[in-house]
Amino acid sequence: MSRILVFANQQGDGLSSGAKEALLFGSRLASSTGGEVRSVTLGPFAEVGAREAIAYGASIAYTISNPLLADYDVELFVNSIHSVFQQSGADILILSFDKMGKDLAGRLATRTGASAITEVIDFNFNDDKLSWIRPIYGDKAFGEYSTTRQKVVVGIRQRSQNEEGPDATRKGEIIEVDYTPTKDMIVTKLVVKIQAALADIRLEDARIIVSGGRGIEGPEGFNELQVLANLLGGTVGASRAACDAGWVPSNLQVGQTGAVVAPDLYIAVGISGASQHLAGITNAKTVVAINTDPEAPIFKRANIGVVADYIKVIQPLTEKLKKVLV
Amino acid sequence: MHIVVCLKQVIDPEITPKYFKIDPETNRPEISDTDLVLDSFAENALELAIQLRDKTPGATVTALCLGDEESEDVLRRALAFTANAAVRVWDEDWGNLDGQAVGHILAQTIASIGGAQIVLTGYQASDIEEGLVGPVMAEELGFPCMTHVSDLDVEEKSVKATIEVEGGYAVVSVPSPAVFTIISSETNVPRLPKVKDIRLARSKPIVLLESEDLTLDHERCQAGVKLERAYVMNREVACEILPGNDGNDLAGKLADRLLELKIF
Ligand SMILES: Cc1cc2nc3c(=O)[nH]c(=O)nc-3n(C[C@H](O)[C@H](O)[C@H](O)COP(=O)(O)OP(=O)(O)OC[C@H]3O[C@@H](n4cnc5c(N)ncnc54)[C@H](O)[C@@H]3O)c2cc1C
Ligand SMILES: Nc1ncnc2c1ncn2[C@@H]1O[C@H](COP(=O)(O)O)[C@@H](O)[C@H]1O
Repeated sequence: MSRILVFANQQGDGLSSGAKEALLFGSRLASSTGGEVRSVTLGPFAEVGAREAIAYGASIAYTISNPLLADYDVELFVNSIHSVFQQSGADILILSFDKMGKDLAGRLATRTGASAITEVIDFNFNDDKLSWIRPIYGDKAFGEYSTTRQKVVVGIRQRSQNEEGPDATRKGEIIEVDYTPTKDMIVTKLVVKIQAALADIRLEDARIIVSGGRGIEGPEGFNELQVLANLLGGTVGASRAACDAGWVPSNLQVGQTGAVVAPDLYIAVGISGASQHLAGITNAKTVVAINTDPEAPIFKRANIGVVADYIKVIQPLTEKLKKVLV
Repeated sequence: MHIVVCLKQVIDPEITPKYFKIDPETNRPEISDTDLVLDSFAENALELAIQLRDKTPGATVTALCLGDEESEDVLRRALAFTANAAVRVWDEDWGNLDGQAVGHILAQTIASIGGAQIVLTGYQASDIEEGLVGPVMAEELGFPCMTHVSDLDVEEKSVKATIEVEGGYAVVSVPSPAVFTIISSETNVPRLPKVKDIRLARSKPIVLLESEDLTLDHERCQAGVKLERAYVMNREVACEILPGNDGNDLAGKLADRLLELKIF
């Protein structure tokens, strides 16, 4: 039996998408191993998060409602989560390996003397032995890992879990934990925070993405992709090569180090399909590739392929679709 | 000011999947020596380290690598970038470490070479992508750690770090000593080393440290995770290649297929 604690982080009005994934993963693990899920939420509105965590599967939801925890500070969060991890008696701490999780996982594992396993997408539970599955080598392979210590900190890869809705009828207990973080723990000071110019549609939420790569050969070509994307009610994405070349801003990058997307339709134009790029579109439903090279690896991932120069295809395609759709 | 940059040698991440195989005996990729490169985010960290040094009077850069003899290539590369010193740590027993054990050993190595004001790592190595070494070192050394850092600005007793956060970026003032894990950005694109510097780098010394030179915790030198099995993913999809060579004709066929999806 495993005792599972999930860090249920709040973002905006509710739990972060990573927190939901971590809770769903935790619940799945608990039902396989016969354990139970508890959660921890920090900050003045922790109780709201705790209720949501219960709806996502926690049976006990710990809170530390201290106002100091209103804004994220790595030291305060490491100290607070560590304290709950110890007090809860849990042996598995699950968190989303999102930006915050990348700050926390290694430090929490080292502080508690736990093993650490990151970018986890799944687990195996056979003959009482638990192992963790994660992609390795830029998504070219899977690795299955066992852990050697009594406790383990598990970082869940972002957007690797199927999102299921919460069940508001679930019941659980909310417990405010006796732990007081203090101001003197804070060592860093925020100088300024700058919100990036928001794309019209967040890549992560887009249902249709028209993405361009090095084959687009410059910013002008991206205008054509933009026209097609606008027509389809979608948005433009890019490969790292196109972002690095400065043709489009880096927040349009799709892939392992960019956005992980899950659109209904992903049109990859002039993108070769490196494993690091494909890592970002694992959950895309239909992938269309337009590429001059029939050997390009993108055709191994695409459902529909067009072997052609994109310049000869994109404009007529846009025209033809416009006739039907507008 | 002493800047330590940690460099990992990894299997070339751009090897095409077609040629990528895992040896079932060792659970490791089948590779030849030419397939090994410096981790790309660690290379961004190296570039940043050199830039910081050149802006800060009296600063020095030490490149640090835990790895076997072969991994000296990445240290030679750092020397060609004009790093001031290179240190390799290695012990025969260290063939199967995980990020936590590497973090412990690197932290102890840094302590044994006189500490550092700034420690830089890549944010996630492109082989296993554990993303652990930086934060683990910080915890071991009692330093603060900022992840997802694109740029640094050294001040009197602190460092201003530009970090990528959810929805934008932030500038944070961090007291040194501190650990920073570096992402790629237009400010830290690795330079092309000068031919002269590449030549000079060949004859520069690389200091070798072994486990008995360090104060190590035996327990922490053991991996906390064990790779039981590795297998290549087969995500191949049967792709329907639309027939024809004429752009207009192909565009028509594609439009029809897209409309069949009924998602617009
Ligand atoms: C640690 C690490 C992380 C990475 N993370 C990411 C990531 O998050 N996202 C990402 O995208 N990459 C990432 N990469 C980079 C990745 O390995 C590839 O280098 C990159 O995806 C290549 O981009 P590309 O397909 O646009 O360029 P290329 O590989 O150069 O492909 C260009 C393609 O365009 C085709 N083409 C050329 N002209 C035309 C034309 N006129 N019409 C149609 N097709 C044409 C060519 O046939 C070719 O297939 C990462 C790499 C590393 C090492
Ligand atoms: N063996 C190593 N030697 C030196 N630095 C390392 C080593 N392993 C990891 N690092 C550093 O830690 C970063 C992140 O690696 P990882 O935690 O393995 O994802 C790398 O980019 C390096 O900067």
